[in-house]
Amino acid sequence: MSSEQLLVRRIKDGTVIDHIDAGKALIVLRALGIKDEGNVITIAMNVPSDKLGKKDIIKIENRFLLAEETNKLALLAPHATINIVENYNVREKRNVELPDRFIDMIRCINPNCITNSSENISSIIDVVDKSNRRLRCRYCRRIIDISEILYQI
Amino acid sequence: MNSIKYSFFVADCMNPFYNRDVISVNDFSKDELELLFRYADKIGDMSKVERLELARGSILAYAFFEPSTRTRLGFEAAMLSIGGSTLGMLGSKSTSMEKGESIKDTIRVIDLYADIIVMRHYLDGSARFAAEIASHPLINAGSGMEEHPTQAMLDLYTIQKEKGSIDGLRIGIVGDLKYARTVYSLIYALDKYDVRLDLISPNELSIRKEYITNLKHQVYEHERLDDVINELDIIYVTRIQKERFPDEQEYMRVKGSYVIDKKILDNIKSDAIIMHPLPRIDEIKYEVDNDKRAAYFRQVKYGKDIKAALLALIINEYI
Ligand SMILES: [Zn+2]
Repeated sequence: MSSEQLLVRRIKDGTVIDHIDAGKALIVLRALGIKDEGNVITIAMNVPSDKLGKKDIIKIENRFLLAEETNKLALLAPHATINIVENYNVREKRNVELPDRFIDMIRCINPNCITNSSENISSIIDVVDKSNRRLRCRYCRRIIDISEILYQI
Repeated sequence: MNSIKYSFFVADCMNPFYNRDVISVNDFSKDELELLFRYADKIGDMSKVERLELARGSILAYAFFEPSTRTRLGFEAAMLSIGGSTLGMLGSKSTSMEKGESIKDTIRVIDLYADIIVMRHYLDGSARFAAEIASHPLINAGSGMEEHPTQAMLDLYTIQKEKGSIDGLRIGIVGDLKYARTVYSLIYALDKYDVRLDLISPNELSIRKEYITNLKHQVYEHERLDDVINELDIIYVTRIQKERFPDEQEYMRVKGSYVIDKKILDNIKSDAIIMHPLPRIDEIKYEVDNDKRAAYFRQVKYGKDIKAALLALIINEYI
């Protein structure tokens, strides 16, 4: 067991979100919509990391986050790794990946866009360039940099 | 359908416009645009009677949520000239908002009446949304501040007709580049060609950078028309609208520096052309109209042929 794992206790069942950019843990929790559900949540911030220098870690007991929930983190914490733990064993390990599109998760930043009107329409934001993290509104074609929509998360 | 019409395409070539939506000029390749231009040439040469057969029995419906007499008139003229019929609804921005009339319901209804729909709406992205709803092909005649693809098609066709080719030209777009949707479609369309593009506008009305990040070619921005006007082959003038300015004085000052008048004609190349999407306010003086370089009314005629060609190609699989 490495020293960094010793900092927070192992969990029996739940989700461990590792490699969160240092300082982002609280925003990540909020973005995931995790409220006080009575589960034990352990947050470690500014943990030394070989990969990132410093990182944050979140452990949520008794809750198994789905990929579609954690995909949102691709915007906030692109290096995060998700570990689903069952009976002290890592049952599934995955990276967060930008999905091909966000449907009804992000609003277009163009105030004159049809998706920001009273029409009965879903906001569809396509990820047009995964490596440069650029998005585009399906309807008004506005190119959106991830930094421009972080406030919504 | 007669055999003359079939002969336009080589045997193994499908008509790429058939049953297709026209939302953005970016959805069309250079080859497709050139095919459209060639077909517009052909339509321009047809006899009245021959032309009337192209859309016989077809109905065009326009849904204009924002008033525009000129664009609507252009489509009606084009459709009637190829033997089709037109009907439609005209809303003003304020009344449609009062009634809470949705695009979704309006298009669903109109879709039942028409074979082809032409829409204009004040919101960006509205045409793409409407096209998802309509089962018939939909033409975007202006969506918000975003695009006006048929204007760009007719602008390019005008340049091609007047100058022989588009490649190699130096093209200046003058005026309000921020809010004029025709400008964006035109820039996207010209980017498919090998041209040099000069954008001339006051600082407050300069191009919105976030919409031109994907261009292949570099564009050159200027504030003063005098700096480049003598080098341009095409001078494309747009109007500068008063409501874009906080006060009248500022508007008058800015507007005055982008006016084309008789005096300026001396500084323009003898084979250059002056274009304008019309209607103009006073950015091109009437005294310029009789100069052979004033191409804006010829542009209207080319526009009718382009619209007719586009409609005929969308309606007829074989032509
Ligand atoms: Zn949008």
